[in-house]
Amino acid sequence: MLTTKSLYKTFNPGTANEVRALQGVDLELAEGNFVCVLGTNGSGKSTLLNAVAGTFFPDHGSILLDGKDITHWPEHKRAKYIGRVFQNPFSGTAPDMTIAENLAMATRRGQPRGLNQVLHKSFLAEFAHRVKPLNMKLEERLENPIGKLSGGQRQALTLLMATWRKPKLLLLDEHTAALDPKTAARVIQLTEEVIKKDKLTTLMVTHSMQQAVNLGNRILMMHNGKIAYDFSADDKKRLKVNDLLALFDEIRRKEQIDPTVSEFLERNYV
Amino acid sequence: MALLIGSLTIGLILALLALGVFISFRIFNFPDITAEGSITFGASITAALIVAGANPLLACFVAFLGGMLAGAITGILHTRFKINGLLSGILVMTALYSINLHVMGKSNVPLISEATIFTWLESFSALMFGAKDEVNLLGWMVNTDDVVVLLGMLLITVLFGVALFWFFKTDIGTSMRATGNNAQMIRALGVNTKMMIILGLAISNGMIALSGALLAQYQGFADVQMGLGMLVWGLASVIIGEALISKKTLGYIISGAIMGSILFRLLVAIALRWGMNPNDLKLITAVFVFIALILPGLLDKTRKTKLSINIQS
Repeated sequence: MLTTKSLYKTFNPGTANEVRALQGVDLELAEGNFVCVLGTNGSGKSTLLNAVAGTFFPDHGSILLDGKDITHWPEHKRAKYIGRVFQNPFSGTAPDMTIAENLAMATRRGQPRGLNQVLHKSFLAEFAHRVKPLNMKLEERLENPIGKLSGGQRQALTLLMATWRKPKLLLLDEHTAALDPKTAARVIQLTEEVIKKDKLTTLMVTHSMQQAVNLGNRILMMHNGKIAYDFSADDKKRLKVNDLLALFDEIRRKEQIDPTVSEFLERNYV
Repeated sequence: MALLIGSLTIGLILALLALGVFISFRIFNFPDITAEGSITFGASITAALIVAGANPLLACFVAFLGGMLAGAITGILHTRFKINGLLSGILVMTALYSINLHVMGKSNVPLISEATIFTWLESFSALMFGAKDEVNLLGWMVNTDDVVVLLGMLLITVLFGVALFWFFKTDIGTSMRATGNNAQMIRALGVNTKMMIILGLAISNGMIALSGALLAQYQGFADVQMGLGMLVWGLASVIIGEALISKKTLGYIISGAIMGSILFRLLVAIALRWGMNPNDLKLITAVFVFIALILPGLLDKTRKTKLSINIQS
């Protein structure tokens, strides 16, 4: 379904702020994979997601989606196949427009847009029908600006919008990190439901080991712009939060060794 | 009374400018100064074509297209070449100054003796009212020609207002609004936001050029300087419109911009009548827009201070 071949990306190359965000990411996602991506801050997990979404082009490497080489497709062209939910609950919706207008735009994701009226009476009934299961009473507020809603409500709607037309790939970028625990749990529940129902291929970045252990059928751990560990569904069944924490500690220990070793080498050989 | 009707007519003509400015300023959140070049561009194209014997309607249409082209170029400079929006507008506006001189061949083209949309409206008035020169309107005797011209402009402005309202409810128009509201969101839904900005600025400047085309025919000349200060004029109209109408839905904002333009023109006419020096007009307009821009923030602040005082006491 999704293949990335030796992806490299360096931000601000040649300056003091140089960040080598991706350093050769090879990834193969099969159809129906629900992958949780873990990693420390700056490990490149969000960068990987953004590279796939097309926020920027990689310096090197290629991205294939469903057999098509999309490496140099602009963001809006990829959107036809990719649904996205962002970390910031305010990023996925247009605040000054109504809930109905936001949903209507999502129903046209990746479709040619012409001079048809965006809202029909018949749409409203369908919107109400699909918004109702969120249990947020939003079906009564379809004509209200979306900016008046809470972050959790907006994130739930963004998820609904991203999956309204079934995407080939769903990208979730720590989409519950900014929510309070109760709302986060609700959004995770909705996420699980829609992925299960539509059998969506999903790449989900998360900070929560618990989420990674509980959700999905594969775990990737990233470190220093590379995939450090890749746990398949079978491995994952045996995996517990403590195992993941131990791995993180190991990575951290290795990291602590690195500078000392290089210093040692420098002292002796330079 | 003639003064009142004249102000209303110019207010309606400049309402097209206000609608154009509304698109750039309120939909895309940047004041597009191309307006000052494209309003003159519309006027020069119309003047040159009418003097050359073209049909005035055709001249207006070509002016509209010319404005669209100017707006599209600003949009391309801004999106493809990543030049700051204001600077893109300044570049196109400056370039248009020379182009306008070329189009007209000189700095001022009179249209007094030419057939224009307004001479058409006047012959239509003669047809309707016959030899009658004045007609009773709510107790006032008014010139029939003036009334027909006013109604003609009202028709055009309302037509464009309704068209704009309809357009912003279509799939493309909604995507355009979303581009100004949250570009990341609408890109993730598959819309080319660069294209939306280019198209939006094209429509905006097309309407502004049409406003210039009508203004030149109404006042009987096109002048290379006539665009000066027009962006601030349009901003003033949009801001007055928003103050007049507190509801923030699309239809209200569009009708607000039209009413704001008319009201602003009336205020200016009254001020001039009371003896305001015409040279001060642009200074006062600028000060007015300045106050209107900072007023909402200021009101919020005083409200908050009052609130905190209440809490303390």
